[in-house]
Amino acid sequence: MRVIPIEAQGADVAACHEEAGPVPKMDLPLARREFLRGSGILMGTLATGSVLALLAPSTAWALELKSLSTSEGQTLLAMGRTLFPHKKLPDAVYAILVKDLDAKADALQVLRDGVASLDRDCGGAGAFVKATPARRLLAVQAIEGRPFFNTVRGQCVTSLYDNDMAFAVFGYEGACFEKGGYIQRGFQDLKWLAAPPAEASPAPFAA
Amino acid sequence: MAKFGQDDDGLVVIIGSGAGGGTLANELCQKGIKVVVLEAGARQSIGTYIQNEWKSFGQLAWLDKRTTSGTWRVARDFPNLPAWVCKTVGGTTTHWAGASLRFQEHEFKARTTYGDIAGASLMDWPLTLADLDPYYARAEDKMGVTRTNDIPGLPGNNNFKVMYAGATRLGYKEVHTGRMAINSRPRDGRAACLQMGFCFQGCKSGAKWSTLYTEIPKAEATGNLDLRPECHVVRIEHNAAGRAEAVVYVDKDGNTQRQKARAVCVAGNSIETPRLLLLSASNTFKDGLANSSGQVGRNYMRHMTGSVYAMFRQPVHMYRGTTMAGIVRDEAVNDPKRGFVGGYELETLALGVPFMAAFLNPGGWGPDFAEYMDNYVNLAGMWIVGEDMPRATNRVTLNPEVKDKFGNPVPNVHFDDHANDIAMREHAFSVGQRIYAAAGAVKSFRTPPYPSTHNLGTCRMGAKPDDSVCNAYGQTHDIPNLFISDGSQFTTGGAENPTLTIVTLAIRQSEYIAKLMSIRAI
Repeated sequence: MRVIPIEAQGADVAACHEEAGPVPKMDLPLARREFLRGSGILMGTLATGSVLALLAPSTAWALELKSLSTSEGQTLLAMGRTLFPHKKLPDAVYAILVKDLDAKADALQVLRDGVASLDRDCGGAGAFVKATPARRLLAVQAIEGRPFFNTVRGQCVTSLYDNDMAFAVFGYEGACFEKGGYIQRGFQDLKWLAAPPAEASPAPFAA
Repeated sequence: MAKFGQDDDGLVVIIGSGAGGGTLANELCQKGIKVVVLEAGARQSIGTYIQNEWKSFGQLAWLDKRTTSGTWRVARDFPNLPAWVCKTVGGTTTHWAGASLRFQEHEFKARTTYGDIAGASLMDWPLTLADLDPYYARAEDKMGVTRTNDIPGLPGNNNFKVMYAGATRLGYKEVHTGRMAINSRPRDGRAACLQMGFCFQGCKSGAKWSTLYTEIPKAEATGNLDLRPECHVVRIEHNAAGRAEAVVYVDKDGNTQRQKARAVCVAGNSIETPRLLLLSASNTFKDGLANSSGQVGRNYMRHMTGSVYAMFRQPVHMYRGTTMAGIVRDEAVNDPKRGFVGGYELETLALGVPFMAAFLNPGGWGPDFAEYMDNYVNLAGMWIVGEDMPRATNRVTLNPEVKDKFGNPVPNVHFDDHANDIAMREHAFSVGQRIYAAAGAVKSFRTPPYPSTHNLGTCRMGAKPDDSVCNAYGQTHDIPNLFISDGSQFTTGGAENPTLTIVTLAIRQSEYIAKLMSIRAI
């Protein structure tokens, strides 16, 4: 789990569903720190009661960025969602993408310029994040194949799909050796087709 | 485990510890012959294997830089990863799926059977199925292949149920859970399969045959094996008479070492094996060792491959259970009426979410891609693997522009699909999609070839020294104490997964080497 849990949360932040709720306001110390370091922070919450909330130590998460600003981080997060639009995948997973991009020092300028170009395409600073999904898709299609696009798309493949939350969302059970494999846990539990005859598929070994 | 001196020139040095090298080492050690195995990778165990696709990839895969050229799609999707093979003790037997099929008789006579195919360098093998049958039998017994030696087949998983239903509805007859070197019941001191999946990540129960925990410990128990992991061979040296006499390697501490040898056997898989012969060029052998024919590195084959993933309305959970859980063999015949020569197998395959994202459609994105991932539990998958045409221009060469960490040129892998490969792939994709449609698929997707797992042919065996690198025993025509001991020997590729044939050739080669040593011919 590559998400930073934070404990202290204001009531409005904890209550905010990341997809539907209001954007949480940052308190002064954090904003001041961002100004001093030139870096941003992304925050959100996992829907309580979901299987994902059970995976995380806290339903609230925050991600400190080393190089990118909050606005740049939000744009890249939205670009990740445009490239690989999974309704059930929470922003916390797309934030992993932003964190991994933020760590690519040699790609920083490409990322900054790319974010600026997406915004320009959508009408000005911060416009990509506010645009409709269809408008975002057009903006991303327009840059397909460029270094910025390739950097973000390539990073998505490893950042979005190799973490416990993604496994849970997609129904993939991950490592299973500790559970004894699937020999007694459903490797042939499919019922909507007839079982093959024994000569094609012999019965499992019974110890 | 034995420790032999660097100046001991009475032993056999084997480069590589996979299906070819690991098997050959054990066979020679059992005959009382002293062996040094130099393995570039580190030694893992079933305890250290990792059931996470990317982490395991980092642990086991051969990630040294390589370059690519040619029109094959792998060169675009994975320009520095032409092959998905392993750098670890046990080599690619850690990663292989376990399918163990004998070649068919006609596949050893590809030139005679298929005729003169333009743009292909087809040739008959210098041996026949009858020559190999007794050795195939020994390999199957050694590896514990299901449906041989009274070993029952494995139970089929959900992914196989889907394949079986679709294939039999289309009228296919030979559909079953395959001949697999995976224990369906305990055998040879190894457990039965737990149906974990993760066959590609190293089998954590040891049910799947790998030289790491079969051949190598058995060889070590004889006291005749000195296995040196993390030792990367950079050069084979010869004496004034043109015989191989030593192997130069860099050990794990970065020190260059030189091991003398009575014979040298190269089993570094079909990219590193020809590369090493080319890197070992000398004043006597200016084009590289064993390369008077000019065939070293040529005729690189990778099997015609592709995958079909299909989406169903209900769950499949294809990742549960053996990765290659079943097979359709009816299309493996040679029936030129289909529009191509040679045949192909259809074998179930499953990837976890991390690798599905990477390999389903490399470079892909957007809502259609996301829909496949959203329906991951409802996917079934199969791999197609068929005979590809050898071509002199498909080859491994040294790339002088790019150097590895030892300062040596990296291998470049050039590949262009032959028209026969393209026609066969089209046929196989279409059959795969029809199988899934017959089982009720909502839709299906043609996944392009992964980086090559079956790398073959770059030091082909043949009857004549002027058009082949080695003879029917893998002995190079030019240097009698230098042997090719891996899939590089293959004259042509056949439709079958190659490991069983590599092991079979290694067993046969061990008898030949022992005989040559006993009569002091080498």
